[in-house]
Amino acid sequence: MTLWWIGNVVLLVVILPVVVYLLHGVLAAAKSIVPSVHAIANVAAAGSKDLDATVLLLTTQEQVTATVAGVANYGGSLDVILDDAD
Amino acid sequence: MAPLLAVMAVGVVTILAVVLIVAALVFYLVSVIVQLRKITSGLDVVIAHVSEIVQKSAPVNDVVTTINGQLDAGVDLLEGLLVKKAGLVDAVGLVEGLYAGASAAGLRNFPESTTITAPRIGEVYTRGTLTLARLGREAPIAVGNPAGPALRDVERGSLAARQLYPEIRQTRPESLPRSPVIGTDAPEQYEQREDIGAPRKRLPGRSA
Repeated sequence: MTLWWIGNVVLLVVILPVVVYLLHGVLAAAKSIVPSVHAIANVAAAGSKDLDATVLLLTTQEQVTATVAGVANYGGSLDVILDDAD
Repeated sequence: MAPLLAVMAVGVVTILAVVLIVAALVFYLVSVIVQLRKITSGLDVVIAHVSEIVQKSAPVNDVVTTINGQLDAGVDLLEGLLVKKAGLVDAVGLVEGLYAGASAAGLRNFPESTTITAPRIGEVYTRGTLTLARLGREAPIAVGNPAGPALRDVERGSLAARQLYPEIRQTRPESLPRSPVIGTDAPEQYEQREDIGAPRKRLPGRSA
Protein backbone atom coordinates (compact mmCIF):
# COMPACT_ATOMS: atom_id res chain seq x y z
CA MET A 1 0.00 0.00 0.00
CA THR A 2 2.81 2.37 0.91
CA LEU A 3 4.62 1.69 -2.34
CA TRP A 4 1.40 2.37 -4.21
CA TRP A 5 1.12 5.74 -2.52
CA ILE A 6 4.72 6.49 -3.33
CA GLY A 7 4.04 5.53 -6.93
CA ASN A 8 1.08 7.89 -7.04
CA VAL A 9 3.12 10.72 -5.63
CA VAL A 10 5.90 10.11 -8.17
CA LEU A 11 3.30 10.00 -10.92
CA LEU A 12 1.77 13.33 -9.94
CA VAL A 13 4.87 15.20 -8.86
CA VAL A 14 7.50 13.94 -11.33
CA ILE A 15 6.02 12.17 -14.35
CA LEU A 16 3.15 14.57 -15.05
CA PRO A 17 5.30 17.77 -14.96
CA VAL A 18 7.97 16.17 -17.10
CA VAL A 19 5.40 15.08 -19.68
CA VAL A 20 3.83 18.54 -19.70
CA TYR A 21 7.22 20.23 -20.03
CA LEU A 22 8.28 18.08 -22.96
CA LEU A 23 4.99 18.42 -24.77
CA HIS A 24 5.02 22.16 -24.24
CA GLY A 25 8.47 22.32 -25.84
CA VAL A 26 7.27 20.37 -28.88
CA LEU A 27 4.24 22.64 -29.23
CA ALA A 28 6.39 25.79 -28.94
CA ALA A 29 8.75 24.50 -31.62
CA ALA A 30 5.86 23.67 -33.92
CA LYS A 31 4.36 27.13 -33.42
CA SER A 32 7.69 28.80 -34.17
CA ILE A 33 7.89 27.04 -37.54
CA VAL A 34 4.59 28.41 -38.82
CA PRO A 35 5.62 32.09 -39.25
CA SER A 36 8.87 31.01 -40.87
CA VAL A 37 6.95 28.93 -43.39
CA HIS A 38 4.66 31.86 -44.16
CA ALA A 39 7.67 34.14 -44.61
CA ILE A 40 9.26 31.62 -46.98
CA ALA A 41 6.01 31.43 -48.92
CA ASN A 42 5.95 35.21 -49.29
CA VAL A 43 9.57 35.28 -50.44
CA ALA A 44 8.96 32.48 -52.92
CA ALA A 45 5.95 34.34 -54.29
CA ALA A 46 8.00 37.51 -54.68
CA GLY A 47 10.81 35.55 -56.35
CA SER A 48 8.38 33.97 -58.73
CA LYS A 49 6.94 37.37 -59.59
CA ASP A 50 10.42 38.76 -60.20
CA LEU A 51 11.04 36.03 -62.72
CA ASP A 52 8.06 37.07 -64.83
CA ALA A 53 10.47 39.12 -66.93
CA THR A 54 12.54 36.08 -67.92
CA VAL A 55 10.25 35.61 -70.89
CA LEU A 56 11.75 38.79 -72.32
CA LEU A 57 15.11 37.01 -72.45
CA LEU A 58 13.90 35.29 -75.58
CA THR A 59 13.35 38.70 -77.17
CA THR A 60 16.78 39.78 -75.93
CA GLN A 61 18.29 36.70 -77.48
CA GLU A 62 16.68 37.45 -80.82
CA GLN A 63 17.77 41.09 -80.64
CA VAL A 64 21.35 40.16 -79.77
CA THR A 65 21.49 37.67 -82.61
CA ALA A 66 20.17 40.27 -85.06
CA THR A 67 22.55 42.92 -83.72
CA VAL A 68 25.59 40.68 -83.99
CA ALA A 69 24.54 39.71 -87.50
CA GLY A 70 24.29 43.41 -88.38
CA VAL A 71 27.68 44.08 -86.83
CA ALA A 72 29.12 41.19 -88.81
CA ASN A 73 27.73 42.62 -92.05
CA TYR A 74 29.01 46.06 -91.11
CA GLY A 75 32.43 44.65 -90.25
CA GLY A 76 32.54 42.80 -93.54
CA SER A 77 31.85 46.00 -95.42
CA LEU A 78 34.48 47.86 -93.42
CA ASP A 79 36.96 45.12 -94.11
CA VAL A 80 36.43 45.68 -97.82
CA ILE A 81 36.37 49.48 -97.72
CA LEU A 82 39.24 50.29 -95.40
CA ASP A 83 42.87 49.49 -95.85
CA ASP A 84 44.62 47.21 -93.47
CA ALA A 85 47.13 48.61 -91.00
CA ASP A 86 49.98 46.50 -92.37
CA MET B 1 -13.64 -1.54 6.09
CA ALA B 2 -10.74 0.80 6.59
CA PRO B 3 -8.31 -1.13 4.38
CA LEU B 4 -10.89 -1.17 1.63
CA LEU B 5 -11.30 2.58 1.80
CA ALA B 6 -7.55 3.01 1.77
CA VAL B 7 -7.22 0.85 -1.32
CA MET B 8 -10.02 2.77 -3.03
CA ALA B 9 -8.38 6.07 -2.16
CA VAL B 10 -5.05 4.95 -3.59
CA GLY B 11 -6.80 3.68 -6.71
CA VAL B 12 -8.69 6.94 -7.17
CA VAL B 13 -5.49 8.92 -6.89
CA THR B 14 -3.80 6.65 -9.42
CA ILE B 15 -6.69 6.97 -11.83
CA LEU B 16 -6.67 10.74 -11.35
CA ALA B 17 -2.98 10.91 -12.11
CA VAL B 18 -3.34 8.80 -15.24
CA VAL B 19 -6.28 10.91 -16.41
CA LEU B 20 -4.27 14.08 -15.92
CA ILE B 21 -1.34 12.69 -17.88
CA VAL B 22 -3.60 11.49 -20.69
CA ALA B 23 -5.40 14.85 -20.76
CA ALA B 24 -2.09 16.68 -21.02
CA LEU B 25 -1.01 14.36 -23.80
CA VAL B 26 -4.25 14.86 -25.70
CA PHE B 27 -4.17 18.65 -25.35
CA TYR B 28 -0.58 19.10 -26.44
CA LEU B 29 -0.61 16.50 -29.18
CA VAL B 30 -3.78 17.96 -30.70
CA SER B 31 -2.19 21.40 -30.56
CA VAL B 32 0.91 20.05 -32.28
CA ILE B 33 -1.26 18.43 -34.94
CA VAL B 34 -2.97 21.77 -35.61
CA GLN B 35 0.38 23.51 -35.97
CA LEU B 36 1.70 20.79 -38.26
CA ARG B 37 -1.36 21.20 -40.47
CA LYS B 38 -0.64 24.92 -40.71
CA ILE B 39 2.96 24.12 -41.61
CA THR B 40 1.80 21.67 -44.26
CA SER B 41 -0.52 24.20 -45.87
CA GLY B 42 2.25 26.82 -45.79
CA LEU B 43 4.69 24.41 -47.39
CA ASP B 44 2.16 23.68 -50.10
CA VAL B 45 2.16 27.37 -50.97
CA VAL B 46 5.96 27.41 -50.90
CA ILE B 47 6.18 24.38 -53.15
CA ALA B 48 3.79 25.98 -55.64
CA HIS B 49 5.84 29.16 -55.83
CA VAL B 50 9.14 27.31 -55.98
CA SER B 51 7.76 25.22 -58.81
CA GLU B 52 6.91 28.44 -60.63
CA ILE B 53 10.45 29.70 -60.04
CA VAL B 54 11.93 26.48 -61.40
CA GLN B 55 9.61 26.58 -64.39
CA LYS B 56 10.33 30.23 -65.19
CA SER B 57 14.08 29.97 -64.74
CA ALA B 58 14.47 26.74 -66.68
CA PRO B 59 15.28 28.34 -70.07
CA VAL B 60 17.46 31.08 -68.58
CA ASN B 61 20.65 29.05 -68.71
CA ASP B 62 20.34 28.18 -72.37
CA VAL B 63 19.25 31.67 -73.37
CA VAL B 64 22.03 33.40 -71.47
CA THR B 65 24.57 30.94 -72.82
CA THR B 66 23.37 31.68 -76.34
CA ILE B 67 23.47 35.42 -75.76
CA ASN B 68 26.99 35.19 -74.34
CA GLY B 69 28.07 33.14 -77.32
CA GLN B 70 26.67 35.70 -79.72
CA LEU B 71 28.29 38.56 -77.83
CA ASP B 72 31.61 36.69 -77.73
CA ALA B 73 31.46 36.31 -81.48
CA GLY B 74 30.71 40.03 -81.83
CA VAL B 75 33.61 40.97 -79.57
CA ASP B 76 35.96 38.67 -81.47
CA LEU B 77 34.84 40.18 -84.74
CA LEU B 78 35.19 43.78 -83.64
CA GLU B 79 38.53 43.21 -81.91
CA GLY B 80 39.92 41.45 -84.95
CA LEU B 81 38.66 44.15 -87.29
CA LEU B 82 40.04 46.94 -85.11
CA VAL B 83 43.45 45.34 -84.86
CA LYS B 84 43.49 44.51 -88.55
CA LYS B 85 42.62 48.02 -89.64
CA ALA B 86 44.30 50.17 -87.00
CA GLY B 87 47.15 47.95 -85.88
CA LEU B 88 47.56 46.48 -82.43
CA VAL B 89 49.29 49.50 -80.89
CA ASP B 90 46.79 52.01 -82.18
CA ALA B 91 43.93 49.70 -81.32
CA VAL B 92 45.08 49.63 -77.72
CA GLY B 93 45.45 53.40 -77.83
CA LEU B 94 41.94 53.81 -79.17
CA VAL B 95 40.53 51.59 -76.48
CA GLU B 96 42.45 53.53 -73.86
CA GLY B 97 41.23 56.79 -75.35
CA LEU B 98 37.62 55.70 -75.18
CA TYR B 99 37.75 53.93 -71.83
CA ALA B 100 40.53 55.20 -69.61
CA GLY B 101 42.36 52.34 -67.95
CA ALA B 102 40.90 49.70 -70.23
CA SER B 103 44.21 49.08 -71.95
CA ALA B 104 45.48 47.37 -68.81
CA ALA B 105 43.08 44.52 -69.46
CA GLY B 106 44.12 44.43 -73.10
CA LEU B 107 42.24 42.89 -75.98
CA ARG B 108 40.81 39.49 -75.27
CA ASN B 109 42.12 37.70 -78.33
CA PHE B 110 45.48 39.47 -78.29
CA PRO B 111 47.27 38.61 -75.04
CA GLU B 112 50.32 40.61 -76.08
CA SER B 113 48.19 43.75 -76.00
CA THR B 114 48.53 43.88 -72.22
CA THR B 115 52.24 44.61 -72.55
CA ILE B 116 51.77 47.51 -74.98
CA THR B 117 52.08 51.05 -73.71
CA ALA B 118 48.98 52.71 -75.06
CA PRO B 119 49.73 55.75 -77.24
CA ARG B 120 47.83 58.94 -76.44
CA ILE B 121 45.45 58.81 -79.34
CA GLY B 122 43.51 61.80 -78.06
CA GLU B 123 46.45 64.15 -78.63
CA VAL B 124 48.31 62.63 -81.52
CA TYR B 125 46.44 61.84 -84.72
CA THR B 126 47.51 58.42 -85.73
CA ARG B 127 46.27 56.17 -88.43
CA GLY B 128 43.78 54.61 -86.07
CA THR B 129 42.23 57.95 -85.25
CA LEU B 130 42.04 58.87 -88.89
CA THR B 131 40.36 55.56 -89.54
CA LEU B 132 37.74 56.40 -86.97
CA ALA B 133 37.32 59.85 -88.46
CA ARG B 134 36.75 58.35 -91.88
CA LEU B 135 34.24 55.95 -90.44
CA GLY B 136 32.28 58.78 -88.90
CA ARG B 137 32.29 61.34 -91.69
CA GLU B 138 32.88 60.13 -95.14
CA ALA B 139 33.03 56.38 -95.41
CA PRO B 140 30.24 55.27 -97.78
CA ILE B 141 29.25 52.32 -95.68
CA ALA B 142 27.50 49.56 -97.57
CA VAL B 143 26.70 51.71 -100.58
CA GLY B 144 25.53 49.45 -103.34
CA ASN B 145 25.58 46.45 -101.08
CA PRO B 146 23.80 43.62 -102.90
CA ALA B 147 22.59 42.31 -99.57
CA GLY B 148 20.25 45.24 -99.08
CA PRO B 149 19.95 48.97 -98.56
CA ALA B 150 22.79 50.96 -97.08
CA LEU B 151 23.14 50.81 -93.33
CA ARG B 152 24.00 54.49 -93.19
CA ASP B 153 22.53 57.43 -95.07
CA VAL B 154 25.57 59.00 -96.64
CA GLU B 155 23.86 62.30 -97.41
CA ARG B 156 22.55 62.84 -93.92
CA GLY B 157 25.78 61.63 -92.42
CA SER B 158 27.67 64.18 -94.48
CA LEU B 159 25.24 66.94 -93.58
CA ALA B 160 25.54 66.10 -89.94
CA ALA B 161 29.29 66.21 -90.15
CA ARG B 162 29.19 69.55 -91.99
CA GLN B 163 27.44 71.10 -89.02
CA LEU B 164 30.78 70.90 -87.26
CA TYR B 165 32.38 73.42 -89.65
CA PRO B 166 31.99 77.22 -89.85
CA GLU B 167 28.80 78.64 -91.29
CA ILE B 168 30.39 79.98 -94.45
CA ARG B 169 30.48 76.62 -96.15
CA GLN B 170 27.39 75.03 -94.64
CA THR B 171 24.92 77.02 -96.72
CA ARG B 172 26.78 76.24 -99.93
CA PRO B 173 26.93 79.76 -101.43
CA GLU B 174 27.16 79.99 -105.21
CA SER B 175 30.51 81.73 -105.17
CA LEU B 176 33.00 82.06 -102.43
CA PRO B 177 35.76 84.69 -102.44
CA ARG B 178 38.71 83.25 -104.22
CA SER B 179 41.85 82.55 -102.40
CA PRO B 180 44.58 85.13 -102.95
CA VAL B 181 47.33 84.17 -105.35
CA ILE B 182 50.80 85.08 -104.27
CA GLY B 183 54.15 84.99 -105.98
CA THR B 184 55.70 86.56 -109.08
CA ASP B 185 52.89 85.24 -111.29
CA ALA B 186 50.19 86.61 -109.06
CA PRO B 187 47.57 88.68 -110.95
CA GLU B 188 47.66 91.26 -108.20
CA GLN B 189 51.06 92.95 -108.22
CA TYR B 190 51.80 95.43 -105.51
CA GLU B 191 53.78 98.66 -105.90
CA GLN B 192 57.54 98.24 -106.04
CA ARG B 193 59.23 100.92 -103.91
CA GLU B 194 62.91 101.55 -103.89
CA ASP B 195 62.94 102.86 -100.35
CA ILE B 196 61.62 99.65 -98.85
CA GLY B 197 64.56 97.80 -97.42
CA ALA B 198 67.04 100.59 -98.19
CA PRO B 199 68.98 102.52 -95.51
CA ARG B 200 67.11 105.37 -93.95
CA LYS B 201 67.89 108.78 -95.33
CA ARG B 202 67.21 110.48 -92.04
CA LEU B 203 67.81 108.89 -88.70
CA PRO B 204 65.01 109.25 -86.16
CA GLY B 205 65.42 111.73 -83.31
CA ARG B 206 67.51 114.26 -85.29
CA SER B 207 65.88 117.60 -86.01
CA ALA B 208 66.18 119.25 -89.45
